[in-house]
Amino acid sequence: MAVFIEYLVAALILIGATFALIGSLGLVKLPDFFQRLHGPTKATTLGVGGMILGSILFFTAVERTFQFQEFLVSLFLFITAPASAYIIAKAALHLKIQHNADDSTKKESNDSNTSE
Amino acid sequence: MSEQREHVTLEQDAILTKKKWLPHPFLSVNMLLIWLALNNASMGHFVLGSFLAIGIPYLVQAFWPQAVRIYRPMLLVQYLFLVLVDICKANVIVAIQILGPSKKLKAKFFEVPLDVKDDFTITMLAGTITLTPGTVSAELSPDKKRLLVHGLNVESAEEEIELIKQRYEKPLKEIFECSTRSS
Amino acid sequence: MLDKVIMIASVMLAIALLLSVYRLFRGPSLPDRILALDTLYINAIALIVLLGVLQRSLIFFEAAMLMAVMGFVGTVAVAKYILRGDIIE
Repeated sequence: MAVFIEYLVAALILIGATFALIGSLGLVKLPDFFQRLHGPTKATTLGVGGMILGSILFFTAVERTFQFQEFLVSLFLFITAPASAYIIAKAALHLKIQHNADDSTKKESNDSNTSE
Repeated sequence: MSEQREHVTLEQDAILTKKKWLPHPFLSVNMLLIWLALNNASMGHFVLGSFLAIGIPYLVQAFWPQAVRIYRPMLLVQYLFLVLVDICKANVIVAIQILGPSKKLKAKFFEVPLDVKDDFTITMLAGTITLTPGTVSAELSPDKKRLLVHGLNVESAEEEIELIKQRYEKPLKEIFECSTRSS
Repeated sequence: MLDKVIMIASVMLAIALLLSVYRLFRGPSLPDRILALDTLYINAIALIVLLGVLQRSLIFFEAAMLMAVMGFVGTVAVAKYILRGDIIE
């Protein structure tokens, strides 16, 4: 039983680390700013989430101490990740960052943003 | 400047005079639960947490005129599970897209017309869009009618808009804004 | 076995940190740098959680919690600075 839980914890931690790594890889690899925004906000949230889930499982099964605090960390990250992504995107639109997409909507919104 | 300030304080006084207990019951329950989770749950912390959960909303209610009302709690739970599953799917999809050739990605902006009106509901919708498959909400138009969304790999903008409206906006509207309400 | 897995995961997270530091220095625009900082603190939280499991100590979660709160406030403050040219309005 304990061995099984250990494997599960190891799997969760590895999954979390993989997603965190892929998120940062996306930050470096993707060509323009708004695409880069996708990597960290998604991959990193699940990355930390998986890792925290693993550690909750570990402390509950091995150390016999259930801590609800750890849920709060991931809950807080899940709430704040969209907010920070939104405000960074807003700042980027404000500065009129170049991007590859062909669109009229973006220009339009930029105009409305500056006239605001 | 001073006139303006006087005006503001008068308005605040008008709100402050009709203070009521428990203006946001949902918020109070959440505050108590988070307080108990932050500290170790004991009787003393329960009392202190209840005191704070009732006292703080009472003191700051002038800043929060709108209370959040949940019309269909069961649907909310269902919705949270839906979002959680979608987050996991989104992560796998985005991971594959990041690892694959980035030239093939069709990144695009598109605008979603909003049916929901409450600030809180719009916030929930924008948060959900950011957390789920390949989309990030970038900006809300000043009149709160349209939400600018950036998709990482969008085949057709119409399909994405339809998906967002059907999958996320409809349940949110039912949960937080009763469709028969006249606001 | 778990300790080895944690070591591997720590190395992966260290690479992730280095990649975000690369974007932080390189980043052609200011929002890129903010995004890199955001990623940096979230990866640091993950590393601290791992350290907590490795040391079998619960005290690290308080640090993780604090970093989650402060990192978010920092990100919003810097983004607001770009938007308005002023940190505290």
